[in-house]
Amino acid sequence: MLIERYIYLAIALFCIGIVGVLARRNAIIIFMCIELMLNAVNLLLVAFSKMHHAAGVGKAAAAGIDGQLFVFFIMVVAAAEVSVGLAIIVMMYRNTHSVDVNFLNRLKH
Amino acid sequence: MIPVLLIVIPLVSGLLGFLIKEEKSVKVWSLFTSILTMVVAILGIAFLHKPEYLQTDVAWLPSLGSRFSLTMDGMSKLMCLLTGIAYPGIFIATWNATYRNANKFYALMLLMQTGLMGVFVASDALLFYFFWELALIPAYFLCSIWGGERRIAVTFKFFIYTFVGSLLMLVGIIWIYFHTADRSFAMSAFYNVNLPGNVQGWLFWLFFLAFAIKIPLWPFHTWQPDTYEQSPTAVTMVLSGIMVKMGVFGILRWLAPVLPVGLWGWGDPAASMCVIGMIYASFVAMQQDDLKRLIAYSSIAHMGLMGLAIFVTSSIGIQGVMVQMFNHGINIIGLWIVVELIERQFGTRKMSELGGLAQKAPSLAIMLVVVALANVALPLTNAFIGEFMMFNGVFGSKASNYHYIFMVAGGISIILSAIYTLNMIQKVLYGNTSTLTANARDIRVNEKFVLVVLLIGIVVMGVYPKPMIEATKHAVDAIYSKMFIKLP
Amino acid sequence: MNVLQLVWLVPFFPLVGFLINGLLRKQLSKPLISIIGSGMVLASFIVSVLLFTEVKNGNTHVANLFDFISFGQLSIPFAFQIDQLSSLFLLIITGIGFLIHVYSAAYMHEERNEHFGRFFCYLNLFVFSMLLLVLGANYVIMFIGWEGVGLCSYLLIGYWFKNTEYNNAAKKAFIMNRIGDLGFLIAIFWLISKLGTVTYTTPEGTGVFDLYSKLSPVDITGITILLFVGATGKSAQIPLYTWLPDAMAGPTPVSALIHAATMVTAGIYMIARSNILYTLAPTTQSLVAAIGLATALFAATIAIKQNDIKKVLAYSTVSQLGYMFLGLGVGAYTGAVFHVMTHAFFKALLFLGAGSVIHAMHHEQDIRRMGGLAKKLPVTHFTFLMGCIAIAGIFPFSGFFSKDEILAAAYAKDPMYYYLGVAGAVMTAFYMFRLYATTFLGKFRGTEEQKHHLHESPAAMTIPLIVLAILSVVGGFLGTPEVLHMGEHRLEHFLAPVFEASAGLKEAHHLDHNTEYMLMGVAMALAIIAILVALFRYSKKPEVHEPAGFGKVLADKWYIDELYSFVVVKPMNWLAKFLNNIFEKRIVDWLVNGVGRAVNYTSRQVRLLQSGLVGNYVLLMVLSMLALFVVTFFFNKK
Repeated sequence: MLIERYIYLAIALFCIGIVGVLARRNAIIIFMCIELMLNAVNLLLVAFSKMHHAAGVGKAAAAGIDGQLFVFFIMVVAAAEVSVGLAIIVMMYRNTHSVDVNFLNRLKH
Repeated sequence: MIPVLLIVIPLVSGLLGFLIKEEKSVKVWSLFTSILTMVVAILGIAFLHKPEYLQTDVAWLPSLGSRFSLTMDGMSKLMCLLTGIAYPGIFIATWNATYRNANKFYALMLLMQTGLMGVFVASDALLFYFFWELALIPAYFLCSIWGGERRIAVTFKFFIYTFVGSLLMLVGIIWIYFHTADRSFAMSAFYNVNLPGNVQGWLFWLFFLAFAIKIPLWPFHTWQPDTYEQSPTAVTMVLSGIMVKMGVFGILRWLAPVLPVGLWGWGDPAASMCVIGMIYASFVAMQQDDLKRLIAYSSIAHMGLMGLAIFVTSSIGIQGVMVQMFNHGINIIGLWIVVELIERQFGTRKMSELGGLAQKAPSLAIMLVVVALANVALPLTNAFIGEFMMFNGVFGSKASNYHYIFMVAGGISIILSAIYTLNMIQKVLYGNTSTLTANARDIRVNEKFVLVVLLIGIVVMGVYPKPMIEATKHAVDAIYSKMFIKLP
Repeated sequence: MNVLQLVWLVPFFPLVGFLINGLLRKQLSKPLISIIGSGMVLASFIVSVLLFTEVKNGNTHVANLFDFISFGQLSIPFAFQIDQLSSLFLLIITGIGFLIHVYSAAYMHEERNEHFGRFFCYLNLFVFSMLLLVLGANYVIMFIGWEGVGLCSYLLIGYWFKNTEYNNAAKKAFIMNRIGDLGFLIAIFWLISKLGTVTYTTPEGTGVFDLYSKLSPVDITGITILLFVGATGKSAQIPLYTWLPDAMAGPTPVSALIHAATMVTAGIYMIARSNILYTLAPTTQSLVAAIGLATALFAATIAIKQNDIKKVLAYSTVSQLGYMFLGLGVGAYTGAVFHVMTHAFFKALLFLGAGSVIHAMHHEQDIRRMGGLAKKLPVTHFTFLMGCIAIAGIFPFSGFFSKDEILAAAYAKDPMYYYLGVAGAVMTAFYMFRLYATTFLGKFRGTEEQKHHLHESPAAMTIPLIVLAILSVVGGFLGTPEVLHMGEHRLEHFLAPVFEASAGLKEAHHLDHNTEYMLMGVAMALAIIAILVALFRYSKKPEVHEPAGFGKVLADKWYIDELYSFVVVKPMNWLAKFLNNIFEKRIVDWLVNGVGRAVNYTSRQVRLLQSGLVGNYVLLMVLSMLALFVVTFFFNKK
């Protein structure tokens, strides 16, 4: 299988994520888009790891394994982020009755 | 050993000083420890000549190539002696002054002494920078907490101004550090680094700006009159008596020997700044009504002469600078003491509101006249020695093309200094008493004691300057040979 | 033991007197203070006489006390030199100084105790500084004394410190002197840079006067002119003379001290000391002679119209000093020193006499309100008259011989000098006898109360007057000209070693005897005519009205003070004001604060980027990252 296809898919996912973050104002959707970007990266990591493993068979048994390990780290971090982030969004909803990020321009002051 | 003690005693006593709550005891404590420092300084300078007493070298930041190394050569000794003697004198002379939170005031004063001593004994560039800034921080708090009405704005300016200069110097230090043979901040490594002329040229300005702001040289002087005016007088004494000497000291130790080509290249412009400053400050001083501002501008003029004597590169001039650094410190502290006495008694420093003090307070008048005459460098006072040697050096300089002009133009400031100083004497001491001074009393015993000691010092050093010249001769030779050896 | 090693005692005694009187001025009683003050100077005088007798035998000595400034090649010892010239000056300074001290004890008796002590302490310091100036074995020690007398004159002129005008006069004296001192200082540096020494002369031949051949003509001319600038300040010559008449603000004994024994003679001493350099610099010599002559005439014209008894004497001093400089300028060094000596006698006499008059008149100094004092103050009158005759240069009084010597030398150099010099001498005779006639002859014009209190001064004041009068009369016989066959010129003989080198360098002008008789005769005849005119005109009908027309110009001193104020003082104050109020605040400080303002402004502008909208931040982030990618991929040359 060609590695390029994975790359195209990952780029597509990443761009969707970016556009989502930039364009949408709903905090939850922004959050999902961030997850999308992270997963695009995950996808790439796994794909390249597989490729390296295939190329390194016979020379080193554990070739390409660190890429997959990274994915786990990212997933853990993403999970932690979601838990904190969702909590913030809940608090925000309680205060403003909205999940629109443009209400949250307090950083200016 | 001695340099470590000179740093540690004020540091420890300052930190302990924070803990003493009662005003009286903190005064006694700081006087006691400052006398201890003075004794150590005198011991180190007069009796203990073995190198192991005068040097310390232990690891500090090994990964950076910086060591905690302290050395005392002739120049350091003289400045340490000045710092050591000045502090007890200041404490005694201002004994009757009261401060809010006296313990913090005195503690900060002692911490400032730590920084000053450190600057004078450090023989590692990074360490030097460390102490350089360390001395600034207590000064900032002292001025901004205990100062006059405009203290916040003035101190802010003072701090930022000098700090910007220091940062430029730090850039320079780091640049040179990267070009030393073994990546070291040691003074010897700095002295041996050989940089091309154009690099030395711009490095010169980095260092020069830092020192010029500190000294201060025209046109970087505007922080100084304000700061002197607004600071409590005890702090002003330290600032003008010792701290501004850090700038001259820095030039002699870290600029002239390290970047001799840069100094040669830019010597004339720098010297011109000094000369302009001398005349300019003298003229401005003639217009002042506030005693503190007058003395501040007079100090700018005198410091300009020191700068001039260095930038024309002459050995006798540098010798004069060393003598004068000490003597100017003594004289200006004497002047400030008199100002402090006047201000505390009459609540004003305006000359127009004073007058007739010679009838009411003859002792004070005599002291002021003698110190003021030392300020105009009358022969047989200490300042004459330094000024004579400096002017002589300027006149005979072989490095500068304009040295005759510098000497004659600088010489005009001698006349101008007589004008403003005599004006001051006249307005403060002579004439009829004003409403404020009608019931003036003479000075107290402790104040008299300090002033008499200063006065004797002024005359003795003016009549017999030989010990001081002998003590610093080798340091002068070392610096001067460095300034010449590395010529392309 | 060599007596000459005691030379340090000479300045030591007045120094001790200064310290004792200065420190214990409140504790000691007035008689004790005056005894200490005068006694110390007397002790110096006695030592000076001892030294003088030794020097007369041909011994000279340099006493090295300690190293003053010594660095590298340059070594300036604190050393005293006792030779013919300095020993002569020592006698003048301590001798006349002593008489003035004795006089002061009576003159100042009304002062409060501590001020009395202060006065004597200053006087002692003054004598000390002057001795240092004269004794110094190199230019730096001379400079110490040089500035020292400047300081003392400042302190003494401003002695009555409550009076602002007196203070201004004191300040003026110090500052004018400082201008000259700068010239002196530069000359010292010039010498050091060329010769590496400032010592006059050494046995090894390494002093300035041994090495002068190393100096180029430009150097010598430059150095001598700069030294002369110093001398114009101290000895009150054009253009720095205006402080001396103002210095009358001090008590009268001080004026006597400044004008006769100390201070103003310093410039003459300095040039006489450096005679060899001046002999080698003909340009400077002409300048010295020209300035001296100009000052002599100029000051004499002013003196004619002054009405303050001390002012007349002050301008006469300026004028007489001009003669001395004329003498120096034409190479008559002995003549100049001779005139210093005789002038010291009669000018001290005149000032102390004037003091006696002022004392009797209760501090009235305007001669228009005096008159007819001859009967009331017989001793003062008689001695004052002696002084007037001496200064007018009438044979055989002392002034005749010294003035004649200078004028004869001037004639030898250029007859024009002589004619102008005689014109000055005639004016001198005229204004002195105008002063004498207005003060002592005619009718008394003061108030009744003053008349009631008129009395002769006490013995402490009259005895110095008598001593000085005797000296003024006979002092001239120390230096009688060859042509009169009254024994040799003792002073010239005595001073010969000092001026030996100069004498060897120039060809001697010898006037033939007839010319010399004629010169003397003309000068004296004209002076006598002037005296008679003055006596005739002022003894009966003194001018009591304010002068008008040209007389007013003279009375107002040619408006030189106003000119200086307009040309120097005002512009300086204006410049100072400009620098302080405008340049300092509007430019220098504005620039410094401008940096701060610029930072502030920039940060305000940059702050606008902080919209607070998360979307904007992210967009910026993405765009920047894209830009970064573009740069790395397409513009990376490596």
